[in-house]
Amino acid sequence: MSGAHGSTVLRIFIPGDSQIHRLSPETKLVAVVAAVIVMAVTPRQEVVAFALYAVGAWSVIALSGIGVRTYLKRLAVIIPFILFAVIVPFLSGGESVQVVGVSLSVDGLWATWNILVKAGLGATMSIALSATTPVAELLHGMTRLRVPRLLVAIIAFMLRYIDVLVEQLGRMRRSMVARGHDPRWLWQIKPIASSAGALFVRSYERGERVHQAMLARGYSGVMPVVNDRHASTREWLSVMAYPFMFAVVLVVVV
Amino acid sequence: MPASSVVVRDLRFRYPGEHHDALHGLSIEVAEGERVAVLGPNGSGKTTFVMHLNGLLAMQSGEIRIGDLPVVEDNLREVRRVVGAVFQDADDQLFMSTVREDVAFGPANLGISGSELDELVERTLKRVGADGYADRNPHHLSGGEKRRVAIATVLSMDPHVLILDEPTSGLDPAGRRELIDLLSGLAQTQLIVTHDLPLALQLCARSVIVSGGKVVADAPTVELLSDVELLAQHRLELPMGFDPSRL
Repeated sequence: MSGAHGSTVLRIFIPGDSQIHRLSPETKLVAVVAAVIVMAVTPRQEVVAFALYAVGAWSVIALSGIGVRTYLKRLAVIIPFILFAVIVPFLSGGESVQVVGVSLSVDGLWATWNILVKAGLGATMSIALSATTPVAELLHGMTRLRVPRLLVAIIAFMLRYIDVLVEQLGRMRRSMVARGHDPRWLWQIKPIASSAGALFVRSYERGERVHQAMLARGYSGVMPVVNDRHASTREWLSVMAYPFMFAVVLVVVV
Repeated sequence: MPASSVVVRDLRFRYPGEHHDALHGLSIEVAEGERVAVLGPNGSGKTTFVMHLNGLLAMQSGEIRIGDLPVVEDNLREVRRVVGAVFQDADDQLFMSTVREDVAFGPANLGISGSELDELVERTLKRVGADGYADRNPHHLSGGEKRRVAIATVLSMDPHVLILDEPTSGLDPAGRRELIDLLSGLAQTQLIVTHDLPLALQLCARSVIVSGGKVVADAPTVELLSDVELLAQHRLELPMGFDPSRL
């Protein structure tokens, strides 16, 4: 319960004062979603369009000042998709090409490219958003975008308590290890499973206590709006220029 | 800063499915601005009792009044404004993503918004010595900071009565002293549920012992803590070497 070690949520945001940091969260959120949609609907063989998108996405990363190393480290989340993608050319049928003696499906190679480029660009945009926007701000942005408040509250509670939960799990694990538990094999999973059960019960109890704490401060079923500052039209226009340019690229190139 | 009296008469309560009353005809009167320590062993009904004061547990039998305000279903909104409850685990009390939102939660529920709300939050944080914490994540505060911010979350509603459940548990000695300084500077009527007997002595001129669901002793704290036999009967013990009469 004490200490600030090992927080998962807070480290995602990188404090800074770049142009991208200063944009209001709701505009960033909408722009990222719009840009990702444009990328997703772009036909996979439009290599020029993807090249231009990449220039756009990387320029955002550069402007945000989060650094190439951090960017690449975070980009690693797409590695599982890459692993999946590289299998495809070996398994797909149809027309094939010979690459150093191995027969690869042309269709499969395009599929791999499609997954790689879209996952990469999508992740890049998400990294730019999450690294420059504090989580609390992002939630405010969602409220201002009229995302149902109950939904925002559920996400907020999840983010607020995930670290508490992880700590609790860590304490339970330590207490098991302290008593000689050394899980290595699947058949040793029983204590883990029962601790997951205990964690569930504890979380449920915490939920009840939090609800009481909310009632005690006048909660009546609706989360109050604490921050109601809205983004200006100018801000909207300048941010939405990005996905708009992407859309223009799509229309011109295709 | 207004304070209210608290009057509780013959409070009885049984948790659903239990065979024994958790509260067994508990009565107490607390004057405006008075600080009273509520002592007693684990499971004696202390927490059950204080949860009634702002209507978190629905009364089954008895009567509670906060000033002129009876604690009944129809008044709950007002009752919860005038009675601020600070829970034992600050992680339950601080449930929003930032300290600012947590301190603003109560007043926002009361309809305060905009710059008035912002100023209120700043002012309240300053009062508990936590100015500059507004944008921090509650999870990243130390135990003592969490406790002070938890108190700020109810002070921002301008309560007349404060209920504190084990306010010093888990605090380091300096954090404990800072908390005592803070509480002794507040004008509200305070009911402090605690096992920390020196704290009771330091903060409260009067203490009650709750045992078996009712008040079994009600006296000046010095007197109460000097009665070793009485304390022992209710599983209470002073720290070794602590002599209340020498303070």
